[in-house]
Amino acid sequence: MSGRQDEQTLHPPRPMNPSSSPIATITDPIVEVRDLNLYYAASQALRGISLDIPRKKVTALIGPSGCGKSTFIRCLNRMNDLIDHVRIEGEIKLDGQDIHDGSVDVIALRRRVGMVFQKWNPFPKSIYENVIYGLRVAGVKERALLDETVEKSLRRAALWDEVKDRLHQSAMGMSGGQMQRLCIARAIAVAPEIILMDEPCSALDPRSTSRIEELIRELQGEYTIIIVTHNMQQAARVSDFTAYFYLGSLIEYGLTKRIFTTPRRKETEDYITGRFG
Amino acid sequence: MPDLPPSGQSILRSARGSSHFLRETLGRYYATLCGDLIILLTVTMVAFITFKGLAAFTGPHPLSPLKFLFSSHWQPDAGPDEGGPQFGTLVFLLGSVSVSGLAVLLAAPLAIAASILISVIAPRAGENFFRPVLELFTGIPSVVYGWVGLSLLVPFIRNQFGGLGFSLLAGGLVLALMILPTITTLATDALQNLPGSLLEGSYALGATRWQTIHRILLPAARPRILIGVTLGMTRAFGEALAVQMVIGNSVRLPDSLLNPMSTITSVITMDMGNTVKGSAWNNALWSMSLLLLAITFGFIVIIKRLGPQDTKNGNHF
Repeated sequence: MSGRQDEQTLHPPRPMNPSSSPIATITDPIVEVRDLNLYYAASQALRGISLDIPRKKVTALIGPSGCGKSTFIRCLNRMNDLIDHVRIEGEIKLDGQDIHDGSVDVIALRRRVGMVFQKWNPFPKSIYENVIYGLRVAGVKERALLDETVEKSLRRAALWDEVKDRLHQSAMGMSGGQMQRLCIARAIAVAPEIILMDEPCSALDPRSTSRIEELIRELQGEYTIIIVTHNMQQAARVSDFTAYFYLGSLIEYGLTKRIFTTPRRKETEDYITGRFG
Repeated sequence: MPDLPPSGQSILRSARGSSHFLRETLGRYYATLCGDLIILLTVTMVAFITFKGLAAFTGPHPLSPLKFLFSSHWQPDAGPDEGGPQFGTLVFLLGSVSVSGLAVLLAAPLAIAASILISVIAPRAGENFFRPVLELFTGIPSVVYGWVGLSLLVPFIRNQFGGLGFSLLAGGLVLALMILPTITTLATDALQNLPGSLLEGSYALGATRWQTIHRILLPAARPRILIGVTLGMTRAFGEALAVQMVIGNSVRLPDSLLNPMSTITSVITMDMGNTVKGSAWNNALWSMSLLLLAITFGFIVIIKRLGPQDTKNGNHF
């Protein structure tokens, strides 16, 4: 191990220097993050994150465990609001509007920014009721619209053919991969602009994983997808842009192809070549 | 078995062998003995109550089981010129059902609301304040509940609504207070044991806290909340002393919230000292004990039914 790496594990790396920032290269971003700091009580989990998320593309966040990737995406739909003693500084703009502005309705924000979790979490209800849950809580009552949304969302999540004959049975009897696709269908059903995926395949077998990856590729172009993953091959396969996080800082961000072929930072190269992490 | 160490084995080994014997074998025999003793005690109790409880229906002047259950005619001390003693217990059975039903109706909504407060809305205050208070409540002896009911509730009802004050309402209120901690504790456990991912999943789809509670958390916890309610009902049904102190103990069908009445438990506690062992009256009281036992078993069966269903539906994530 080189002396330089030892130093890195002792001191958090400096944030990406602005001159190599990819911010300028993304036109019409959907999300603009500037100088985002996040503290859990006294410990700092995110350090001066600035990045732009491109519209209707897949952005992958990679990095070792505990580097702040999940914490970061949970800022985007304000899920961190649920945790005590979290303090957030900096600015997150969704279509130009600061999501921490007092005028922003967090409920409306979460309808625009959907989320799929690491461990599938279907509700103990029927498949049908799971899909339309977001519509139900928004007060939608028209039967025809609900039926249509169920079919459309399940088709979109590549689950329709497997479950169309048992829509009114409990979702708890499905396989893990099916439950995760149901959770994706549930997120799609409210027509979000952004879908956050927090390691959506980490608890799935390879076969189910490749189905979800196929699905992500089908959804791109229609939704902005931000996916956290531990699996670098997965990031390389499904994403257009990749951001490498380490110890709460954004180390490098750019086109996936570029990051994986010609990383500019030594730390990124070490991580993606498996020399560290 | 504490075999002697074969020749050649060190003293250390044999010492370890004997402590192994103490820890493992003796411990196992002791545990088995205690377990068997508990089973033996339960079986003996049930057999004894069954034997005593069936005595009224056998013998030279057998009581009709149908009359015992469905007649409201209770005159245990009537002489032969008045048509002989009558042992219809319908009045007490309905009294028990209505007073414990009233208690559950009053306590369950409050308890469930309190459990939501403790587990979802104010978890920190819930753990630091409400939980200890609830545990304190469960430790209060029933005679204290009864006495408080007698000195505060009975006069209050008498002054507000007229009548004697001793009433179905007084009994129901005292019992509600007694079973409130039981239901609240179990409902809180049920809600706290739900995976946090359900809450997050619901919030992430744009649900408000209240929508999350009533659409996701309460339905998911329902089987275990129902167990809590049933346990509360069981406790209310079997409670004797506190009820007997405030309910008035008059033999009448429960026709009004404000009238005094009796329950199975209250009539047993009232009459057991006044009857001669082996008399028809005494036997009828034993039959009522058996009935009480049977109903309690019924509740336990319901709880067991509710229990496994919980896991069968796959509500364990």
